[in-house]
Amino acid sequence: MTFSDYFFLFAGMGLVTYLPRTLPLLYLAHKQLPQWMIDWLSLIPVAVLSALLAPSLFVDAEHRSFSLGKPELIVAIPTLIFALKTRSLGGTVLVGMFLYWLAGIFM
Amino acid sequence: MDQRDTSNPSLRSDILRQGAAAAWPICLGYFPIGLALGVLARQAGLHWWAVALMSIMVFAGSAQFICVAMLAAGASVPSIIFTTLVVNLRHTLMSSALAVYLAGVNQKFLAVFSYGITDESFAVNMTQFKKGHWDRWRALVVNHLANSVWILATVAGTLVGQFVPQGAFGIDYALTGMFICLLVFQLQGRIYLLTGLLAAVFSVVWYLLIPGDSYIVGASVCAATLGYLLKRRYRRKK
Repeated sequence: MTFSDYFFLFAGMGLVTYLPRTLPLLYLAHKQLPQWMIDWLSLIPVAVLSALLAPSLFVDAEHRSFSLGKPELIVAIPTLIFALKTRSLGGTVLVGMFLYWLAGIFM
Repeated sequence: MDQRDTSNPSLRSDILRQGAAAAWPICLGYFPIGLALGVLARQAGLHWWAVALMSIMVFAGSAQFICVAMLAAGASVPSIIFTTLVVNLRHTLMSSALAVYLAGVNQKFLAVFSYGITDESFAVNMTQFKKGHWDRWRALVVNHLANSVWILATVAGTLVGQFVPQGAFGIDYALTGMFICLLVFQLQGRIYLLTGLLAAVFSVVWYLLIPGDSYIVGASVCAATLGYLLKRRYRRKK
């Protein structure tokens, strides 16, 4: 592929990536949002985080099947407890990495 | 809060420092993923400059992985663009939720800011906005630092990626660890816990039943709606 081939491909991809990110913000930031919508949107972060995380812990991506034995899940339990106890983002990231590294050695 | 004087140098360094302090877990997590993308892209025949161009024009990790795979498989340009659109539709939801904290901010700022809305920057910025002491400039630093590291990592992957051992120091778990902790920060009451649990169940079931990536948007919208309805019912009963 030549430079211009790549350029047009990435320009197209960039556009369809940018528009979903920018249009709601441009539109909604200058509107008086109704209270129900603010209440609903306040539940979006927890829902999105959970929806991003859960399949990576409970699903074997290769076979797209349910699994309770993934090292990601086993490491997530002490990592979660650490996060609940310390509420430290940096600490949780490092503890999670360390335990996952250990799991890679021993499992 | 929005009228901060960003020309004041001490304030400006505060903004940079606090933005960087919030962004580093993202940067750490992006590094191995960016390297991996670079390696795959190189195998698919993309040069470093093409990967740089892609990471600058399309700041969207999962869509970039899919693009590389589709290029390797000889897919057509329209089909790659269409797939990118579908994969990135979830950001409409995140963009909408951010609007609550960026109400009334000028369009130019929002146009620049929204370029950097990713799953990770969204999660970090929403948590910080909710905690308070956070503003749009710090949020912008988070977006752009993450983007810079992403560009660097993906390009580095094409050049030296094959020499880096995989899975060193458990770095592959950085983003998972970050999401776990950010999820804990979000649990500020029973309704949030319930919504999170619903989203977890919905997303796993959705993921297992429906191919593709629709599970993120689908499960989030269903769980938030159900959570909202339950909260309203509970309130009315009281």
